[in-house]
Amino acid sequence: MTQLTLAKALTHGLRRAMDLDVKVLVMGEDVGKLGGVFRVTDGLQKDFGEDRVIDTPLAESGIIGTAVGLALRGYRPVCEIQFDGFVYPAYDQIVSQVAKMRFRSQGRLPMPIVIRIPFGGGIGAVEHHSESPEAQFAHTAGLKVVACSNPFDAYWMIQQAVASDDPVVFFEPKRRYWEKAEVDEDGSPDPLFSSRVVRAGTDVTVLAYGPMVKTAQEAAVAADAEGRSLEVIDLRTLSPLDMDPVLESVRRTGRVVVVHEATVNLGIGAEVAARVSEECFYALEAPVLRVGAFDTPYPPSRIEEEYLPDLDRVLDAVDRALAY
Amino acid sequence: MIDAGALSARFDTAHDLVQLMTPEGERVEHPDFSCELDDEQIRAMYRDLVLVRRIDTEATALQRQGELGIWASLLGQEAAQIGSGRAMRRQDFAFPTYREHGVAWCRGVDPLRLLGLFRGVDQGGWDPRDDGFALYTIVIGAQTLHATGYAMGMQRDGCVGTGDAERDAAVIAYFGDGATSQGDVNEAFIWASVFNAPVVFFCQNNQWAISEPIERQTRIPLFQRALGFGFPGVRVDGNDVLACHAVTSAALQRARDGSGPTFVEAYTYRMGAHTTSDDPTRYRLHDDLEHWKLKDPIARVKAYLARGGGADETYFAEVEAESDDVARRLRERCLSMPDPDVLDIFDQVYADKTPELVRQQQEYAAYLATFEDSETGSGTGSAVDADGDREGAPA
Repeated sequence: MTQLTLAKALTHGLRRAMDLDVKVLVMGEDVGKLGGVFRVTDGLQKDFGEDRVIDTPLAESGIIGTAVGLALRGYRPVCEIQFDGFVYPAYDQIVSQVAKMRFRSQGRLPMPIVIRIPFGGGIGAVEHHSESPEAQFAHTAGLKVVACSNPFDAYWMIQQAVASDDPVVFFEPKRRYWEKAEVDEDGSPDPLFSSRVVRAGTDVTVLAYGPMVKTAQEAAVAADAEGRSLEVIDLRTLSPLDMDPVLESVRRTGRVVVVHEATVNLGIGAEVAARVSEECFYALEAPVLRVGAFDTPYPPSRIEEEYLPDLDRVLDAVDRALAY
Repeated sequence: MIDAGALSARFDTAHDLVQLMTPEGERVEHPDFSCELDDEQIRAMYRDLVLVRRIDTEATALQRQGELGIWASLLGQEAAQIGSGRAMRRQDFAFPTYREHGVAWCRGVDPLRLLGLFRGVDQGGWDPRDDGFALYTIVIGAQTLHATGYAMGMQRDGCVGTGDAERDAAVIAYFGDGATSQGDVNEAFIWASVFNAPVVFFCQNNQWAISEPIERQTRIPLFQRALGFGFPGVRVDGNDVLACHAVTSAALQRARDGSGPTFVEAYTYRMGAHTTSDDPTRYRLHDDLEHWKLKDPIARVKAYLARGGGADETYFAEVEAESDDVARRLRERCLSMPDPDVLDIFDQVYADKTPELVRQQQEYAAYLATFEDSETGSGTGSAVDADGDREGAPA
């Protein structure tokens, strides 16, 4: 067991993935000597060399487009997009090329590419540094999308993503990068594309992923003091969704609150709500409620704490769910 | 007084067009490039030129008859494609647009496979790894980055600059004049330059991006842009198969040797429409077409061979007959291409099919089966088991 920050857990996971498979490359802006602006790739270039840890020119489409070519040549590139709001120049390569290559080739050409994106707000950053674009990728057939929420998952999920023969957009909760937890590097992880109950409860099911898992857990502690039992599920995988633990939970609680930092309109919560209503309509005691960002662009950071869902807004939604 | 004219004086637009055979079929010398081909090889290239033009003509006819949804003709660009395509070695790799039918021919891709995309029965029916020829790319310029990444992979595989002619490899990226305005193409130039990647950027400047003339893409000759990115650029007569072969051979060898990228601008003309859906009479002059007809890439090779005795009428007639035969068989095979099975598309999205896709596939198979029951009284076929595996489908 090792105490690791989430960022360091990712570093360890990447290091192990590179040790296990010489075809694994790390590429992105400032990932070499600097170790990335969040230091997630710290020390990798020193140990694996400039051929495997590549400081790229400053152009996101170029990062993903060349990764496509490297994947066609048999490599497994792990691309770092420096911040969520900078992924859009690469959007065409991700959506039109990475996502479709296997399909266009009738399954002949795998795209084992991982696209790491630090996402979400709460760090007082300037604009374009706090966004949550996960639904835009979850909506794209051909991609798989996951979000880690804690150091243990960070360590294992990044390795599982690298091992996947399908392209994975890997969201990292940037405001949780510095939070520590025990990581068992010899432990056994859950499958990558699975959700998990992280706190058992009986009254309301609260679904979250990435940075909001901790918020949901804190809300559950607070609710417990008021005699309300919240079951918290870390979705972990956003495409495909792993609905079985969710549906099992909802059949017991009859009430669901979905929490994410992303805007609610057509977000992950909307898809979850549709699936829940399709699969366990008669178990529901209340409509599926969503707690997310307002449908505005991300605001100036001095008011981001009001924009982002927090413990109180989660509890407010829990109250509304229980009022039915 | 500020002298703005001083800047203009530094703006040199002089350029050299590499040509080794005139439109009249006369061989000419060039100080930097020479034709290494003997008459037998030139005869073989003549055959390539005629066959790909015939294949192209047949595809256009198939579209006119409703058998293809659309076709992007290579008419006029045969020399650029055959000359560059024949400069490649087995271990090299090409990244085409959607018009490189001549390059596909050189790589050994069955022309039928090209038709699949345009008939709508697939989106790329060949395995790029078999012949070193990537799938057609429709998003303009996107493939130049793939080419550059692939070339970086060759570097990492130790396939560059070893001096072993069987091992050293390079990539050639095809694109058009319109694509040079795309960000991806410019990013590819930057990547290739700073990583010294073994890639040849082969631009067929056919003067037109659908309706937009080259003047809407650039104020300087395209090949001169290469210098700004840090590698050589050369303009070659794109209708001269010998010059295209010589220049591309040199550029590919430079790449294989580890000396980095080259930009080749093959100066040519799109003799047909952009695609069969286009109407060039709305935006260009007939006179231009007549002017370029005089520079036809095939006629000059035929004139050279006939005049010098490299080939006679019997040979020309044989090639003509062969081309008709290739076209006839291509037509027959095109018409008998089966439509894809809709239930297969669920299997091709992921290596590891998602539970949701399994469910959708099963539900749609069951939905289809309800029609079979009502029409034939028997619900056969289209069965999908609980794991989403199709009956009778290869494992």
